[in-house]
Amino acid sequence: MSDIGFLSQLLQVTVALALAPLLVGWVNQCRAWLSNKRAPSILIPYRTIHKLFIKDAVVAENASPIFRLTPYVVFGAMTCAAAIVPSLATDAPFAIAADAIALVGLFALARVFIALAAMDIGTSFGSLGARREMFIGFLAEPALLMVLFTASLISGSTSLPTIVDTLAHRELAIYPSLAFAGVAFTMVSLAENARIPIDNPSTHLELTMIHEAMILEYSARHLALLEWASALKLYNYSCIGLALFVPFGIADAANGLAMLGAVPALIAKLAAGGALLALIETLSAKLRLFRAPEFLGTAFLLAVLGMLVNLLLGS
Amino acid sequence: MVATPLGALVVAIVAWLAIGAVGLLRPRDLRMVQLLFPAGAAVALAVAGIAFAALASAPEQMVLPLGLPDLPFHLRLDALSAFFLILLACASAAVSIFSSGYFRAGEGSAPGLIGFQYHVFIAAMALVLVADDAYLFMVAWETMALASFFLVTTDHRIPEIRRAGFLYLLIAHVGAIAILLCFGVLQGGRGDYTFGAMRSAALTGIWPSIAFFLALFGFGAKAGLLPLHVWLPEAHPAAPSPVSALMSGVMLKTAIYGMLRVTFDLLHVQLWWWGAIALALGLLTALFGIIYAAVQTDMKRLLAYSSIENIGVIVAAIGLAILFEANAKPLLAAIALTAALYHALNHAFFKTLLFLVTGSVLHATHERSLGKLGGLIHRMPWVAWLALVGTLAIAGLPPLNGFVSEWLLLQAFLFTPSLPQSFVNMLVPLAAAALVLAVALAAYVMVKFYGVIFLGRPREPNLVHARDAGPRERIALAALAAGCVLLGLFPVTVIDAIDNVNGLLLATTVGHAGQSSWLLLAPFATGRSSYSPLIVLLVIVAVVLVTIQLVHRVWHGRVRRSSAWDCGYPLQTPRMQDTAEGFGQPIRQVFEPFFRMERHLPSPFDARPRYEVRVSDHFWAWLYVPIARAADAVSRLAGRIQQGRIGVYLTISFATLLALLFFVR
Repeated sequence: MSDIGFLSQLLQVTVALALAPLLVGWVNQCRAWLSNKRAPSILIPYRTIHKLFIKDAVVAENASPIFRLTPYVVFGAMTCAAAIVPSLATDAPFAIAADAIALVGLFALARVFIALAAMDIGTSFGSLGARREMFIGFLAEPALLMVLFTASLISGSTSLPTIVDTLAHRELAIYPSLAFAGVAFTMVSLAENARIPIDNPSTHLELTMIHEAMILEYSARHLALLEWASALKLYNYSCIGLALFVPFGIADAANGLAMLGAVPALIAKLAAGGALLALIETLSAKLRLFRAPEFLGTAFLLAVLGMLVNLLLGS
Repeated sequence: MVATPLGALVVAIVAWLAIGAVGLLRPRDLRMVQLLFPAGAAVALAVAGIAFAALASAPEQMVLPLGLPDLPFHLRLDALSAFFLILLACASAAVSIFSSGYFRAGEGSAPGLIGFQYHVFIAAMALVLVADDAYLFMVAWETMALASFFLVTTDHRIPEIRRAGFLYLLIAHVGAIAILLCFGVLQGGRGDYTFGAMRSAALTGIWPSIAFFLALFGFGAKAGLLPLHVWLPEAHPAAPSPVSALMSGVMLKTAIYGMLRVTFDLLHVQLWWWGAIALALGLLTALFGIIYAAVQTDMKRLLAYSSIENIGVIVAAIGLAILFEANAKPLLAAIALTAALYHALNHAFFKTLLFLVTGSVLHATHERSLGKLGGLIHRMPWVAWLALVGTLAIAGLPPLNGFVSEWLLLQAFLFTPSLPQSFVNMLVPLAAAALVLAVALAAYVMVKFYGVIFLGRPREPNLVHARDAGPRERIALAALAAGCVLLGLFPVTVIDAIDNVNGLLLATTVGHAGQSSWLLLAPFATGRSSYSPLIVLLVIVAVVLVTIQLVHRVWHGRVRRSSAWDCGYPLQTPRMQDTAEGFGQPIRQVFEPFFRMERHLPSPFDARPRYEVRVSDHFWAWLYVPIARAADAVSRLAGRIQQGRIGVYLTISFATLLALLFFVR
């Protein structure tokens, strides 16, 4: 591992940790603008996290160590994923530790831990959230894999840096298979990141929540880490989407100048992606839970279509 | 004779039988039985060592002067046998140690008798793996079936257990007949039933396909492939937990061994559509098994259905390997076969672990129903934390072992660039999606399994008296959990071992085809796909430790304990947690056509409202009940000639004799 490679790796993780709350703040701001409200400051997520770290942690009397360990494990898994997703450079040394499939596994690890922690206290909302989260998870995973399959059929690789390298260096043309996969990926990301139409991140309406129901019993630093981790998850998914469908501007060699150019490119792309997310959320209504199979089934079919188009047309 | 691995193995098998026989001397003496099981475990460890030594060496043969006069027993120890012997030995060593602390007097059969049946069972499984002729294979196979039947019916005073035992015996024999017929086809009319002769017999025309499907049916009955799976969810809950562990973890794998032996070793001719059918059947089995597992309320039934899923995954991988091998893509075939063997090994570890966990829970609480458990992590921390490892492993999560085999299998699925059958080419990625669906559902099921048993609050008041497992049980569980972790963290080392089997069956290896090093698994090339569980684990652990330190240094680590918030609802009883039915409800709703459901919903006017749902298997109504009716009708017809008069019977015998003389002459 070269020094410069290590530095680029470090920069990538640091940027991810620093930018993730900003992305959430930006999406919230856009959502407020789109619904004609006065927007909160973009820095609110940082302040929330800081405030939560200061507070005393309140833990339920019958919580087991799993409950207290989970925020750290989830945060660790998301940070690990941030080190692997090629957001700034394609030659980050840790990226070989996990390819796209292993990345999906890493997200599943985080999900299972949150679900277990939600069941740990033994409240009705906790287990309700855990059940729904696992339900959405098993519906979303096949669709997500189909998207990754389509991208890896084009590049002959499941390793994300190679996919980015291949996709970034083809001539600029619209690939119908990638268009299908892009729509499918957007739908899966909405479901995986607990956004409208599957879940609503700003709700505490008891009977409809999924993600919020699972983290209901968390407070203070544990909650801060979980909030930060879910911001990181959104950031990671956005970066995977950008890497697969808009792979331009990612540095292909770890030299300082290219990296410096990659950061503003990433911020610009994330800003556009966040605005798009806010637009989708504003335009759609939350679905009933049992409509989620239809929604994710559509995503799955779109991804399959993309793959078949790729196999038939070779593009 | 003892100097060679095979000779040593024969001695070990005899030692197992002897240990079992000693138990018969004083069957009620619990203390002696508690010494016999560790002795069996020591033999198992020796077998593991022997098999490991034999893995890389050339096949070794031996003829034992036993059996019928001109049909001596042929034994052969090659890489395939050695691999499955390692699996058998590791799992049974742990189960033996667990059993020595588990079996107590006064529960069903006498402990000495259980010890005898148990050791005969293990010895028979080992013999199945080294048999080199159809005769010895069938003898060992039937001994295995009978020994396990008696173990399943340990508590034979309970009618349901007797019923489950007979169902198991019936399906085992239907399968055995198919295997016998398969060997009959394989010997090609030459009358030589050694495997060596079968290997060189050149079958032509439709015969290889007939042999393959007989093997798929016969071994599938033992493994639990659709539609012959019905005995698994009955027999596994009926058996004592160590026996369920052994049956699920090891015995099902002998069926996988048989499939591999017949398909790859004895039948070299391979047609691609065999693979396609095995792949489809495996995936159907996997999906079916896991969907049913999601709605179970009995913890051992849930694990039994999950075993059906895992067997489905293994058979799908075998199907894929056949598909590639028949299309002359040896590297891809080797990766698929590696995934199958790796998953078999993984399943032997985590399913054995989880079945033993249910044994500990059962002993501590006397409860098998998930709806009456809960919160056991506080009462049984050892069992709970070790069970967590098994749960994460079986849910297919990195960095544990279940994920590695699934990753390999997905790689094999994904890189099917140019099969000549373009239709199959398009269906293969869809098959991968079905696999991912099964794996994701497995995570759902295991969260339910673990969450309902160990997390939350105790659903019944008597659970507060539950005690943790004893030291021997803990050792066994810890060993299996350590196995899950090690198999997960060092995949390249494991694959190097499995490569001996690939070399034997496919004449190709995967280990060094790509750029794998001990740290990094990259079967093709690092640029194409790579996975390093150790790095992933180290990064996560490092981040967790640094985060804990930073949070506590920069801010603080104060904790206040209080009652649960739960949106401020004041009344919270343990009965308001999700039950097993509740947790499975989304699955029941989404996959409704898959189930046969009888539901009783309470009406608002019921004085004593009662909710009841019973989920059963379509296959009973669609397949088994019609067959049973037909068998009934045929036997009633045959009953007509049963007059009870000796003259009639003699006439029938005479007519038969005449007919035979006429036809056979």
